[in-house]
Amino acid sequence: MNQYSDKVMEHFKNPRNVGEIENANGVGHVGNPVCGDIMKLYIRVEDGIIKDAKFKTFGCGAAIATSSMITELIKGKTIEEAEKVSNKAVIDALDGLPPVKRHCSVLAEEALKKAIEDYKKKKEDV
Amino acid sequence: MIVYLDNNATTPLSDPVKKKINESFELYGNPSSFHSLGVKARNVIEIARGKIAAAIGSDAKEVLFTSCGTESDNIAIQGLLKSTKKKHIVSSKIEHPAVLNVIKYFEASGYDVSWVDVDRYGRVNPEDVAVLIRPDTAIVSIMMANNEIGTIQPIKEITDKVKEVSKDVIIHTDAVQAFGKVKFKVRELGVDMLSISSHKVNGPKGVGALYIRKGLKISPILYGGHHEKGIKPGTENILGIVGFGEAASQAVENIEYKIGKIRELKERLKNGINRSVDNIEINGHPDEVLSNTLNVSFKGIEGESIIMMLDMEGICVATGSACSSGRLEPSHVLMSMGLDPAVAQGSVRFSLGDYNTLEEIDYVVEKLPPIIERLREISPLEIK
Repeated sequence: MNQYSDKVMEHFKNPRNVGEIENANGVGHVGNPVCGDIMKLYIRVEDGIIKDAKFKTFGCGAAIATSSMITELIKGKTIEEAEKVSNKAVIDALDGLPPVKRHCSVLAEEALKKAIEDYKKKKEDV
Repeated sequence: MIVYLDNNATTPLSDPVKKKINESFELYGNPSSFHSLGVKARNVIEIARGKIAAAIGSDAKEVLFTSCGTESDNIAIQGLLKSTKKKHIVSSKIEHPAVLNVIKYFEASGYDVSWVDVDRYGRVNPEDVAVLIRPDTAIVSIMMANNEIGTIQPIKEITDKVKEVSKDVIIHTDAVQAFGKVKFKVRELGVDMLSISSHKVNGPKGVGALYIRKGLKISPILYGGHHEKGIKPGTENILGIVGFGEAASQAVENIEYKIGKIRELKERLKNGINRSVDNIEINGHPDEVLSNTLNVSFKGIEGESIIMMLDMEGICVATGSACSSGRLEPSHVLMSMGLDPAVAQGSVRFSLGDYNTLEEIDYVVEKLPPIIERLREISPLEIK
């Protein structure tokens, strides 16, 4: 709390897009309980655009805030644009994270990559 | 409203302590000086020393002032090891870093260390300690009460068992968390050295003490003047010491009554949480536990996020989660007890103090359940 920015605190207190998407066409599940950080990112893609994104996270203040922020950053973007959303973009959007918490943003980026990978794989299977 | 339930981390200064320190501002003389100003300062230090000794049941000569509990632990362990050729150490897996890291340093330098396991309540079995004693065992160090879970160790039984095997082994106990919360007298415990700290008993930060049994000589690890028998050189922290003396007397006064009162409040908190939140685990021994310490794991969610939300309601507590400390793993204490890492990550420590009230406890019981519910909504984990 002493090191978290106002933006981080805002996204922690009022996280955006908490939940699951029943008919998600991409899901990214990353992290493990030993590390204390687990994130599940659901995306609904239509016509190549991310129409909806939701998340569920087990983790600290930074973990919840980065999850919330990344769903905001990808909603309305094309898959190609979303692929470019890096952990740095998440950190910048949150006005910075304490050095010891930067790995939370990396987890959010990994969840996004996995969700997109999952979406692409599902498209191929169809 | 601030509800302070982090007394194992530190405590506020009590009014008598503040008064004592205020009265001592004019005692600026160096206690080692020969003139009357120095003597005045020397006297108040010796009076404080006497108070500490009375509080722990020792002679004044056996009490050394240090700068904190960590320094007391370091002087005890390093000082003892430096004074002997023996190279085997016995300690527990749940010691405070002030003991753990000193011993790990010696382990890395080539000393043999036997780490005693704890049971699922965090308790050490005296037999497990005694069986590890060897002819080359220099020191045994087992903490009297654990700061995270509050579990109290059977120190007297441990000393008895160890002494059956060997009369030479030096026994040290870190009583930083136990002092003021557990009734004890050093002679009854049978330990050779014992560490305590001022800021855990409503005294000022920056001062601690080390009991060294009469007849035991340890080597210094700091060098300088002849202060504190040359073991803790440096001009004395007069303000800290007089504050500590006052605090120490208060800490043991009516200790049984205070323990009972705090235990009642803790039980109220525990029952309140049990009633309104499910899927929890209480960590620590059910009976042999500090009356003020309640360590609870809330399944499916992470500790730092819990304490952040509690902080937003003015409630100050601590957690054993990795995220909160910058480590990669959850608390070594909880892991040594065999807790599932995910469950350890969701642990919250409530540590009560002399100033907590019924109203404050009820406030926490009211504010906690919606926080847990909210975080469980956000979490992907299914709780069995």
